[in-house]
Amino acid sequence: MTPDNILTALFPDGHQVRNDKGVLLGSATRRSGTCMLVLGVADRTAVGVDEAIRLSGHVLGSIDRDDGPILVLVDSDSQRMSKRDELLGLNEFLAHLAKVLIYADMNGRPTIGLIYGHSAAGALLATGLATRVLVGLPGADPAVMDLPSMAKVTKLSMEALEQKANSTPVFAPGLSNLAQMGAVQMTWNYAAPLADQLEALLADMPAVQDLRDMLGKERGGRLKAAEIGERVRDLALQAR
Amino acid sequence: MTAPLRDMTPAERARSTSFYEASARTRLELLLDAGSLIEFIGPEQREVSPHLRIFDLPEQFDDGIIVGHGRLDGSPAFVAAQEGRFMGGAFGEVHGAKLTGLLRAAREIGTIPVLILFDTGGVRLQEANAGELAIAEIMRAVMEARAAGVKVIGLVGGRSGCYGGGGLIAGCCSALAVSEFGRIAVSGPEVIETNRGVEEFDSRDRALVWRTMGGKHRRLLGAADLFADDSVQDFREAALELIGLVGPFGLDGLKAEQERLADRLRRFGACLDAVEIWTISGIAHAETIPELPTDQFIALADRIGRTSRDAR
Amino acid sequence: MEDLSFRHHVRAPAGGARKSAIVGVVASGNLEVLVERVLPDAECALEIKTAAVGFGDVWRAVIGDFVERYSPGGLRFSINDGGARPDTVSLRLAQAVRLIAEHGQ
Repeated sequence: MTPDNILTALFPDGHQVRNDKGVLLGSATRRSGTCMLVLGVADRTAVGVDEAIRLSGHVLGSIDRDDGPILVLVDSDSQRMSKRDELLGLNEFLAHLAKVLIYADMNGRPTIGLIYGHSAAGALLATGLATRVLVGLPGADPAVMDLPSMAKVTKLSMEALEQKANSTPVFAPGLSNLAQMGAVQMTWNYAAPLADQLEALLADMPAVQDLRDMLGKERGGRLKAAEIGERVRDLALQAR
Repeated sequence: MTAPLRDMTPAERARSTSFYEASARTRLELLLDAGSLIEFIGPEQREVSPHLRIFDLPEQFDDGIIVGHGRLDGSPAFVAAQEGRFMGGAFGEVHGAKLTGLLRAAREIGTIPVLILFDTGGVRLQEANAGELAIAEIMRAVMEARAAGVKVIGLVGGRSGCYGGGGLIAGCCSALAVSEFGRIAVSGPEVIETNRGVEEFDSRDRALVWRTMGGKHRRLLGAADLFADDSVQDFREAALELIGLVGPFGLDGLKAEQERLADRLRRFGACLDAVEIWTISGIAHAETIPELPTDQFIALADRIGRTSRDAR
Repeated sequence: MEDLSFRHHVRAPAGGARKSAIVGVVASGNLEVLVERVLPDAECALEIKTAAVGFGDVWRAVIGDFVERYSPGGLRFSINDGGARPDTVSLRLAQAVRLIAEHGQ
């Protein structure tokens, strides 16, 4: 799927989203006639300092000016792995993008991530994983760590890793594994119009509360996180 | 090292203990007021990673992080310290959830600061999906805590540095203190070299690693507001100072950060090496920065005056 | 990984009143020792999970020496081992006994 196909399917009433070297910036018209801010990373582009600053600037520019929800489309590489990006403090740029998205979501601009292609590592943290609801489209292939790199680090064969991946969603790439962990809340399908699925989600947005650990527990992908977090929270509230 | 440890005051012990060399437990013991640490889900609870056994790897009883409550100059503080020697201090499911839970409590209380002693290579590969998501949850929890008025202070000076998602969490903190050894980055030297080749980054060139990712460069860029000498006492004093300096968080801070980072790209975006950046910043003989003694470096950094205060 | 377990009768209880203590970290060539005062005075037990498979006899000898020397009565030692050498194991066990004998909680 190209970003154009997806945008057209999401916004049959039109959109003004431009793809400039893999960075998507613009806005679109919802079925209701209201406006939705759109940003994202397309064409499997790596997210470096130059991409991140434009994305965060787009959101910040809209915060005082507009209202309504924000859509983040994701088909990226990992963070840009380069000397220049690290020299300039890539961690700050990626964190800043995530912070701006989280701030917007907490202040009346609900955020939805839509991963339709690839993403990984720091790029995923700064985009899709910094939204309130991350939605997957069929065919998306997020990978925190690809199996060949894992094989190299763990000194295990690809066969051994693939076998282990069958028994646990905890390390292997793929949309369904991230869904089981609670990272991807829902997967849409192409059988129904994407515009309808977007409106249905917007009409029934979950509360501004991070429930991904609870979701991971319900789905059996992360059995410990919610319980450990809750126990520490309780102990900390008692200790003050 | 002449006096037996028992004859030293806690401050003397903290002054003579290298932050870089010390274990996470020793760092906390000496950073906080003596005997004040109360650990949550300590090692005796044996809440180990449920995933390492799949890879036939040894577990650690605290999963490589200590979280708890203590006192700093008499005032309450929440603390989290990563053990950089266990699995490179990497974030796994249990490890991450302990920090998330701590931050959520801090948010509810609203007035007790959180100190995070980073020492991490990033996501733990063997539980990569759980680790990545834990980092996303921590970033969210840091921002929610800050929005509720909590000061979240990051201290970076451990042997595993602060890499991968750890670098992103550090970027979310209210303020950072860093020592010369405190490397902060997303992609580590080996990762860049493996993916892009030795021409892009030679991970064996240690001088290159330090000046690109090390504490001095991060302080001069303004990414870290304080530079600490490598002793636990220096980090204790830095933490106290930062708690006093940090202002409230809000939209203005994020707008100022946008401008701060955009300005950095305008000024330094074409630089190929840290020495070029330092030279443009007005530092004479910038190539001598790596050898500059701590006190002289701190004076220089303060004179250059680049900071992320009220802009993060 | 290999699990090993040892139980000894000892002549005297360990000193101090602390309930538990921990020393070391799990890393290559290193180990952590969690010691807890949970057994009758005349007993001690050691539970080991080690990354180095096939060294049961070495552990038996190191622990025999340690028990003889320190008489750690009432203590249970839980060990996660990243493949430490015998001298490192002896050092950590001694540190654990010393730490639990200190004052405090």
